[in-house]
Amino acid sequence: MPRAFTPKVVTANHLLEGDVIYQTATGWTRDLAQAEILEDEAHAELRLVEATQQRDVVVGAYLADMEPTDAGPKPKHFREAFRMRGPSNYSHGKQAEL
Amino acid sequence: MYHYNDFDTAFLAERNAQFRAQVERRIDGSLTEDEFKPLRLMNGLYLQLHAYMLRVAIPYGTLNSAQMRKLAEIAERWDKGYGHFTTRQNIQYNWPKLRDVPDMLDALAEVGLHAIQTSGNTIRNVTADHFAGAAADEVEDPRPVAELLRQWSTDHPEFQFLPRKFKIAVSGSEVDRAVTKAHDIGLRMVRNDAGEPGFEVIVGGGLGRTPMIGKIITPFLPKADLLPYIEAIVSVYNLLGRRDNKYKARIKITVHENGIERIRELVEERFTAIKEQFAGFDQKLLSKLETSFAPPAFKTGNTKGFEAARLTNPAFASWSDTNLSAHKADGYAIVSISLKAHGATPGDATADQMRVMADLAETYGHDELRISHEQNVILPHVHKSDLPAIYAALRDAGLATANIGLVSDIIACPGMDYCALATARSIPIAQEIAERFDELKLEHDIGPLKIKISGCINACGHHHVGHIGILGLDRAGVENYQITLGGDGSEDAAIGERAGPGFSADEIIPAIERLVLGYLDLRDSADETFLQAYRRLGAAPFKAVLYPDQAKQNAA
Repeated sequence: MPRAFTPKVVTANHLLEGDVIYQTATGWTRDLAQAEILEDEAHAELRLVEATQQRDVVVGAYLADMEPTDAGPKPKHFREAFRMRGPSNYSHGKQAEL
Repeated sequence: MYHYNDFDTAFLAERNAQFRAQVERRIDGSLTEDEFKPLRLMNGLYLQLHAYMLRVAIPYGTLNSAQMRKLAEIAERWDKGYGHFTTRQNIQYNWPKLRDVPDMLDALAEVGLHAIQTSGNTIRNVTADHFAGAAADEVEDPRPVAELLRQWSTDHPEFQFLPRKFKIAVSGSEVDRAVTKAHDIGLRMVRNDAGEPGFEVIVGGGLGRTPMIGKIITPFLPKADLLPYIEAIVSVYNLLGRRDNKYKARIKITVHENGIERIRELVEERFTAIKEQFAGFDQKLLSKLETSFAPPAFKTGNTKGFEAARLTNPAFASWSDTNLSAHKADGYAIVSISLKAHGATPGDATADQMRVMADLAETYGHDELRISHEQNVILPHVHKSDLPAIYAALRDAGLATANIGLVSDIIACPGMDYCALATARSIPIAQEIAERFDELKLEHDIGPLKIKISGCINACGHHHVGHIGILGLDRAGVENYQITLGGDGSEDAAIGERAGPGFSADEIIPAIERLVLGYLDLRDSADETFLQAYRRLGAAPFKAVLYPDQAKQNAA
């Protein structure tokens, strides 16, 4: 039996700001809670291709593993949790801006 | 110090204009990211976890007050009001916006600074002893040679696409404060039997995935042969170094795979072939550079005020015990300003702190500052009579922590709080260790101890040469910290040995505490340092305190 697909979001850095962004159904958001959660592997691959084509908006798009919750996607890995939040030594980045 | 001539200024202006146009073409879509990335890296611009990061070179760690003030201005105008000084004598800005970077580079150019070759497979910022030109034990000031190497390597057409990055460190003293044995090329100034200054040349050192102590390719290279000889080494590496595997591409692997004898033969051959081409021009340039690094006019005067302040102010006495080093001029001292206040981020300085340090350098320090690879700032030339005033100003700016060389003077890379390559965080571990030992009030009893932390195997935090090294890894989706013991970055360089299984983020601080308290029990006197005790006793008793459960099992 094939392995169960882990739900994902498409994430990248913004070309001009450099900060973390997530794909929504219609565009991009800086708030992970607003991101489009992708539960189907083929659809996820397609959405990644679409993201990668937006070369003048995003840099380095990839699929990140998430756990769907009522409050929105929750990062599976600590790296994505840090990207969502910002550094731990100062209140900078998303934790200060959102 | 060196001041840009018309050629340098014009070169930098042209380069910055080129990069400005490249940024514009990226933004208007003419350049793809794949096309733009090598261009931005050549100019020090990375894309990290939360933002772009601009890495600015501080050649051989030397700054004047105007340059430091400009770094402060840039931090405030285009970043979040602070900068991060790194283990390679660079400063990193963690939050620039792409559109602003060309303006930041132009601002740097106003004071003769740039970000060229702070990334990419090129010769990187040449680092040097942070006490250069001041240390009592110095053979000669290494900075003229370091500046010669900077000029030679900047935009050198043969060396823009090396197999991998290439780092050179220079020490002007037989005491090695520049970690020369862990660099692609290390230069340690020595005198030969005739008393002439020259270099012990070390190649193939490096930390990272495959840590290696460099090997001596020649024990004495006359100063006059330096540039053609270095060019011969890089040239041999450029041809011989592996391009098939990124992890085997550094010169340490080339030396390891071919043997130092073979490399020496090839370098000698190349050196003989190219030496004539230099035609003495390098020597003319070097003697000019030596003039620009002439020592300042040291003042004379009594140091009674200093001695009196030591007697009346215990905090000043403690600071002057730990943060001063011997200067070559009578009545002078070298001041190390700690960027390691307990609980602060190692190497970070706010714009206000940068201005305070610039003002002190201008008022009391012959306008000179240094950045150390240990992520502190140095006032290299201070008359002792000025120390009480300097201390008071530093204290008001939160810069008077008396901990140089002690357990809380920790090197830490940015780790996963910023770096896209990191596998775990470094900064919080450094902060917590420093705070814990501050609570214990044992720091001064423990004495000299170097803890160095890297957040990934690339070892920017030099963990392999820490007396205690900490390496942060990702073990099955959890941060995990491995300890190495007995590393040493000095002239007696050694790679630390792995102590055993790693610790979780919660366990690592108690583990370090057990280790250090264990050392206090193991040392034969208060004069025996951690490293000396480790060398005398070996790893076993230290492992026993680190892993008490295992030690109990073994005893049962």
